[in-house]
Amino acid sequence: MSNAKLAKEFEKIVGAGGVMHEEADLHAYSYDSAVLDPQVPALVIKPSNTEQLGPITKLCNDNGLPLTVRGAGTNLSGGTIPHPGGVVLLTNGLNKILEINEEDLYAVVEPGVVTAQFAAKVAQRGLFYPPDPGSQAVSTLGGNVAENAGGLRGLKYGVTKDYVMGMDFYDVNGDLIKSGSRTVKCVTGYNLSGLMVASEGTLGVFSNIILKLVPPPKASKAMMAVFDDVQKASETVAAIIANHIVPCTLEFLDNATIRYVEDYTKAGLPTDAEAILLIEVDGHPAEVIDDAEKVVNICNKIGAIAVQAAETAEEREALWTARRNALPALARAKPTTVLEDATVPRSQIPAMMAGLKKIAEKYKLDIGTFGHAGDGNLHPTILCDNRNKEEFHRVEEAVNEIFDVALSLKGTLSGEHGIGMAKSKWMEKETSRATLDYSLRMKKAIDPKGILNPGKIIGG
Amino acid sequence: MNDLKQLAQNLMELDDQMVACMKCGMCQAVCPVFAETMQEADVTRGKIALLEKLAHEMVRDADQVNEKLNRCLLCGSCAANCPSGVKIMDIFMKARVIVTTYKGLSQTKKMIFKGLLTRPKLFNFLTEMSAKFQGPFTKVADQASGASSCAMLNPLIGERTFMPLAKRPFRKDYPQLDTPRGTSGLKVAFYPGCVVDKMFPQVGHAAIKILEYHGVGIFLPKAQACCGIPTLASGDSDTFVDLMKQNVKAFENGTFDYLVTPCATCTATIHETWIKMIDTEDAVFKDKVQAIADKTMDINAFLVDVVGVKAPSELSKGGKVVTYHDPCHLSKSLGVTAQPRALLKSNQSYEFKEMNEANRCCGCGGSFNLYHYDLSKKIGERKAENVRDAGADVAATGCPACMMQLSDMLAQSGGGVEVKHVLEIYADSIK
Repeated sequence: MSNAKLAKEFEKIVGAGGVMHEEADLHAYSYDSAVLDPQVPALVIKPSNTEQLGPITKLCNDNGLPLTVRGAGTNLSGGTIPHPGGVVLLTNGLNKILEINEEDLYAVVEPGVVTAQFAAKVAQRGLFYPPDPGSQAVSTLGGNVAENAGGLRGLKYGVTKDYVMGMDFYDVNGDLIKSGSRTVKCVTGYNLSGLMVASEGTLGVFSNIILKLVPPPKASKAMMAVFDDVQKASETVAAIIANHIVPCTLEFLDNATIRYVEDYTKAGLPTDAEAILLIEVDGHPAEVIDDAEKVVNICNKIGAIAVQAAETAEEREALWTARRNALPALARAKPTTVLEDATVPRSQIPAMMAGLKKIAEKYKLDIGTFGHAGDGNLHPTILCDNRNKEEFHRVEEAVNEIFDVALSLKGTLSGEHGIGMAKSKWMEKETSRATLDYSLRMKKAIDPKGILNPGKIIGG
Repeated sequence: MNDLKQLAQNLMELDDQMVACMKCGMCQAVCPVFAETMQEADVTRGKIALLEKLAHEMVRDADQVNEKLNRCLLCGSCAANCPSGVKIMDIFMKARVIVTTYKGLSQTKKMIFKGLLTRPKLFNFLTEMSAKFQGPFTKVADQASGASSCAMLNPLIGERTFMPLAKRPFRKDYPQLDTPRGTSGLKVAFYPGCVVDKMFPQVGHAAIKILEYHGVGIFLPKAQACCGIPTLASGDSDTFVDLMKQNVKAFENGTFDYLVTPCATCTATIHETWIKMIDTEDAVFKDKVQAIADKTMDINAFLVDVVGVKAPSELSKGGKVVTYHDPCHLSKSLGVTAQPRALLKSNQSYEFKEMNEANRCCGCGGSFNLYHYDLSKKIGERKAENVRDAGADVAATGCPACMMQLSDMLAQSGGGVEVKHVLEIYADSIK
């Protein structure tokens, strides 16, 4: 069927205003936040309600049209770069919060709800939704679930998967599949929700999601520990965890990151420090006081130059705003920022930092590193210009080596950004041929024609 | 120029600036147009992506890209919220010039910009004539805001209301001024701007009253022209430079410490944009423009930060509730937010109440309002709702273009709320 005829078919489902096929619109959906070549879809479909998702999926399947679901397009691994000539399905208009249940501590949302807006809404009701990816101001909950997004609070509160209680989603035939429930315990059948989380749109299309909520902590204390040595900072991270203190947030910023972030946020970060740790402990007020004291002692013992506590809500917010802007602020340095999220066991952070230093020297590259050190999830960020072919070749070699080092330390390719198109070629290396074959068989059984976000995670 | 290859080459001049956009998407959080349409091409990263693709000839339909490029209020919210520091406004302005050079200016714009704006005498004459004859055709739609409607123009303008031209423009009363420094020891050049002159002369009068009250000398040269921003926003850089030259000529012979304007847009244009559009080889002219740009200041900021005004406090307290809308050019471009509020609070006969989303764009955006009224209205309705939620009797602001939009939106949403410039309220507090 020609694109024009297909457009007419989609219009029957979503109306004329819901189908975009002009050149400029198609190109506007050819990329996401990943540094990868764009791919131009044939059509962009914008449904106005979730009931339209099944017929859209079925129409794609019937016509062998590759289908890529897109929320805000903020993922960093190319998960929302469409298949050339395929269809992009926009969910950002499906943004209703269907229910917030204060008694049973859950909420039901459509996939296009913006993360920060959801968190603010539940906070107004005295509840807490902890996952807070750096892009939360614009990222959607559907995208968070599809990518299993992490965030600053992952260390204590976990990531998106820890808050997904269930969901409804459409399979490739357009049938509505129900998984999980509104109960805390649910062991009925396969854990399909678990399968869908981090599936990056390759197994189904979310219609609504049931998310767990928790009571907010009663108190918290944020601190900044300043170091003149990167190794001391990374040893401190390992020591805090080894002393069985679990801060809600334990973030690392190296000197390059500190300087560029400060340039943008003016948060008062020490630009001459080699590294800082941003640490927040929360919980019962007495526990917070106790933990904060222990953290300060550990920092001082290992050799922090200074440990400063945020005394006001404004000071605390300034620290977290600074941290959340680390990646975009690094982009001030060079035109291209290649961000990785290779993750290692926490005790291996010092080794990973040493490895990154060697890689930067070997390939003569400027690498800024920040990240969720507390959960071993570092973001080495290579500052470069992808228009410089020779330099970019070195970048690609360096990225290979970053993964090698992470895997050699029993780490993983991705802590929170997903595999997408960017890392699918390393999947076998981290897992095994048999594991990849198992995944491919599952995908084939669920999506025989391979129309659901082809080329992502497992390649193909 | 009508060669796509040439267009692409010219856009490549912006490549170094555009490549700084890492497509993080944070602009989605603050773009008022994206909030309404939720379409990627309507937000900054989408526009930059399209310009890049046009520059690399991956997209070949320049008309479509131009259409997307123009669906922007130029409010600067994205630039103010861009962690990567992308010079978005510079990219968009220059891109508009490049694309307009390729496509050519429409006949209507050519007539208005080149035939009218560059001839201030003719422009003034025609607007004065229009003001004289508009009476029978317009009807007051809302007494409080002063907005009118025109049944005859309904097929063209729909339900929108508008500010009629003033019966007597400001410059009729003050064709020129050159008063000595008074008690303050300061002297300013006063640049009222077209909208204050022709629609809100009371704002100009308030400014003169305030400056005289505080002993500030005033230099008001005869031959001021439009600051040029409507022409640049439409991609007509030739007329923009022409208007800049006329203004520089008008002000270069005066002696003054600051150039002040009651128009946020004029202030930002003169202070920031003029210098960017000069041929760098013309060093003498560049120095003149730089000197004026350096002296240019928002009048609220001048009064609070330089003069250090303090209104008399013998006024009776309470009364009308006033709220303040931050014009984008003041808050996002120039960082002026506290000073207008300080002036409003100094008039104790008003009760100041902050509205929600005070610094969110009102949706005017100059010609955006003309070409994309549906979007402009949706954005403006949210602003009107915030004004009403604050329980305001008066919506004050520091930009006459915002005053036009607020008047229309408040009139259409039931009326009853006055729209005033901060200067009017401050002027009321002094004898």
